[in-house]
Amino acid sequence: MVTEALILSGLLFTIGAAGVLIRRNAIVMFMCIELMLNAVNLSFIAISRQVGVSAQLFVIFVMTVAAAEAAVGLAIIISIFRHYSSVDVRNFRLLRW
Amino acid sequence: MVGPPVVPALVALAQEAAQSAEAAHQAAYVPFLPSWMILLPFLGFLFNGAVGFFAPQQRKLVSVVGPGVLGLAALIAVVNLVMLAGVHDAEAVIRSYFVWIDIGQLRIDAALQLDQLSILMAVVVTVVSFIIHVYSIGYMGADPGYARYFSYLNLFVFFMLVLVLAANFPIMFIGWEGVGLCSYLLIGFWFTQGEKAEAGQKAFVVNRIGDFGFLMAMFALYAYLGTLDFHTVFEMAPRAFEYGGAAVTLITLFLFLGCTGKSAQIPLYVWLPDAMDGPTPVSALIHAATMVTAGVYLVARSGVLFALAPISMNVVAVIGAVTALFAGTIAVMQFDIKRVIAYSTISQLGYMFLAVGVGAFTAGIFHLGTHAFFKALLFMASGAVIHAMHHALEHAGEPAGEDMTQDMRNMGGLRSHLPTTFKTAWVAALALAGVFPFAGFFSKDEIIWSAGAAGQTVLWAIGIATALLTAGYITRWLVMVFHGENRMGREVRGYLHEAPLVMTGALVVLAIGSVVTGWVNIPEALPLLPEFTWLHGFLHPSFEAAEHILVEHLGEPAHAAPVGGGEGVWAIISTVAALAVIVIVFNALRAKKYRPAAEAVEPSGPAGLLYHKYYVDEVYETLILRPFRGICRFSWRVIDQVVIDGVAVNGTAYATRFFGWIVSRLQTGQVGTYALIVVLGVLVFLGFVTL
Amino acid sequence: MDFTQLIFYVAAGLAVVSSLLMITRKNPVFSAMFLIVALFSIATIFVLLGAHFLAALQVIVYAGAIMVLFLFVIMLLNLGHDFEPDIRGRLGWAFMGGLGLVLFAEILTAVQGAPGDAGGDVLTPWFEAKGVVAGVAEPLFRDYAVAVEITGVLLLVAMVGAVVIARREA
Repeated sequence: MVTEALILSGLLFTIGAAGVLIRRNAIVMFMCIELMLNAVNLSFIAISRQVGVSAQLFVIFVMTVAAAEAAVGLAIIISIFRHYSSVDVRNFRLLRW
Repeated sequence: MVGPPVVPALVALAQEAAQSAEAAHQAAYVPFLPSWMILLPFLGFLFNGAVGFFAPQQRKLVSVVGPGVLGLAALIAVVNLVMLAGVHDAEAVIRSYFVWIDIGQLRIDAALQLDQLSILMAVVVTVVSFIIHVYSIGYMGADPGYARYFSYLNLFVFFMLVLVLAANFPIMFIGWEGVGLCSYLLIGFWFTQGEKAEAGQKAFVVNRIGDFGFLMAMFALYAYLGTLDFHTVFEMAPRAFEYGGAAVTLITLFLFLGCTGKSAQIPLYVWLPDAMDGPTPVSALIHAATMVTAGVYLVARSGVLFALAPISMNVVAVIGAVTALFAGTIAVMQFDIKRVIAYSTISQLGYMFLAVGVGAFTAGIFHLGTHAFFKALLFMASGAVIHAMHHALEHAGEPAGEDMTQDMRNMGGLRSHLPTTFKTAWVAALALAGVFPFAGFFSKDEIIWSAGAAGQTVLWAIGIATALLTAGYITRWLVMVFHGENRMGREVRGYLHEAPLVMTGALVVLAIGSVVTGWVNIPEALPLLPEFTWLHGFLHPSFEAAEHILVEHLGEPAHAAPVGGGEGVWAIISTVAALAVIVIVFNALRAKKYRPAAEAVEPSGPAGLLYHKYYVDEVYETLILRPFRGICRFSWRVIDQVVIDGVAVNGTAYATRFFGWIVSRLQTGQVGTYALIVVLGVLVFLGFVTL
Repeated sequence: MDFTQLIFYVAAGLAVVSSLLMITRKNPVFSAMFLIVALFSIATIFVLLGAHFLAALQVIVYAGAIMVLFLFVIMLLNLGHDFEPDIRGRLGWAFMGGLGLVLFAEILTAVQGAPGDAGGDVLTPWFEAKGVVAGVAEPLFRDYAVAVEITGVLLLVAMVGAVVIARREA
């Protein structure tokens, strides 16, 4: 079952990555990133059978970081939305020379 | 986990007190309140520091608390000594209060080792400190920094006790650095005067060189043995180190480098004469009786390591003997009342190192103890003289700078003005000169004898020569200060007066100590005297292991001097010779007329060489400090300003900005593009890893 | 195929399908809903893999707190209707799909090097000895205590940062 879980993790990660590339809605891109993080978590859990419980601890840290990231990321989105009245990433082009 | 150590320490204290009371009557040695011995001076420091900070005018309070805590600590130390003396060959007791450092394999406890050596040192330290604290009440009475002074002095005693009672090298190092700090603070006590602050800095910087050695020795010990506890280190050392091997030689040489810094031996002795800028009781306590002897204590404590390294032993002995002679010759031509004694201290410390260097650890510690009394006494007698001179000059309305009050050419004939000081100074001088039956006779005789018995003919001869030199310069000192005609003006002379009772009382107590402390170790070889080698037997457990190694590899010490004759014969010869020197110098100098310092001409020729202390400070200035300053200026002007600031820092910034400008053209500002590039990067990377 | 495996495949299928739906729905609210389904399915797989405590965390923290936050923001910004066309065109689909396939192929290659079920199971005896929660908590607060502290700081910073960023400019 570990191998299958790893394959599933890879599949979900790929879907998340594809989502980030396909979508232009910042919030949905963000959700895709969350999916990618979860795919990584899944692979951690899968290998924790063999390497012990410390792999699961990494998942806890990933979750915490994801929560922090969600808070800050959503705050940024809100702030951007206030400015552009849109969450389309094509509008955000100030971050260049 | 490192918690606040206060609570466990308090709990340990309570338990300890209970245990002490309970087990006092048992056969084994149970230390009596050892932690209080250390804590009392520290509490005194906090209290006096607080007083100095918030209510500097509360002199009465400080006068009670400052010496009081020391009195109690001395009492505890003496009780411990008596208890320990009552137990035959008592095992060392190690009291661990809390874990200080616990990282990986390294575990360092805040622990005290209570054995014969450390308790003896603690007694010397606390008793002498107590007397000097009492003396300071009189000497520093008019100083605005009275409370600050006592808080520093208390803190010093605290660190000194940490040093001597520590159970491992790092804790000892805390004490070692702490006493250095207090020494710095007290040398520069009158820090508003530039050269005094500089003298403090000189002491501090020179000591850093020595501390480097101490640290290196600790690192090496840890690398080889994996522990820094005295007990374990000395137990493992004979098995872990090859006799005379490079490792143990290196470690002990590094340790000795630390000793040369702290104990003012060649080549790092230069700070000690300048340290005389501090208040005189400080010179007596720190720079004569206690702190500067820490190096001797360290060598004695690490006797096992030194015994395993014959080269280091020889280095210690040779440096000690050479320093003794070298400093002794300088003392002959000094005119500052304190500098003479300062060089004498360096010389006597040389004797102690000579002793421990030839394996006579007991003799070294013995001389340390007796020297603490008579040298403290000499300093404090000087202090009484300076005190009197200062007051007299001030009353007479003349300048009372140190060049006036401390120059012996301005003194002379003070015996009628300062009778008690005069008598006690003679006692101390006779003890220093090694005249029977004063304390110095027994300890110095044993050192010289040990050097001869160890087969070191040259060092033995240097020892005897220095002993005669000592008798000479201290007689010169006595004559110039107390005998002959007074060289001050009539008006000033009228204001000269004896020091107050707290000061003369302390002098008398120390004078008694300068006589009787020698009697704790009377060798059997002396005719007409009962053999009484109490100290030898008492310290035997502390030095047993080291002496065992020495005997195993070098054989039993000889029982005759290198040129024949037994210990008793040579003891008589040396004391007679010292007396002869005293009489000759006394008669030669008494009639001599000195001009007051203001009108004096600088000595020239060989005397000038000695007067200028062999120009060692100048040589250091030319050979070390000036090139070093040159290197510093080069580093500043060329390396720092041109290479680092110009090329490295600004150049990097310009280059970064230039390439950044090029790369910035790649930025689109589009999140999607970035995401795509990241994914492509991951693809390429994964491709490399997997395929 | 025993019962556990059956559940695994059902959950795995559900996760894949719902995540695919998530990236293809135009309405962000739907996307969020499908992501929640995917997260629940992953939580199920956590349980099957022996990570009971983390499964609970997954449901509470992810599917609960974080996704509620997402939905909240979507609603707040009124993105549930009048959505702009935000999905790339056919060419983009093909290109991204190709990239995805390559990525998946590479991951599959990497997974083949992993030991799989043959690698043994140290987790089950550990949890049997320590208990499901204590087995996680003990190493977390002993070996990773510093990391936990730092994570706490991170959360604090994130909280303050979120407040500062989202604050309406005065």
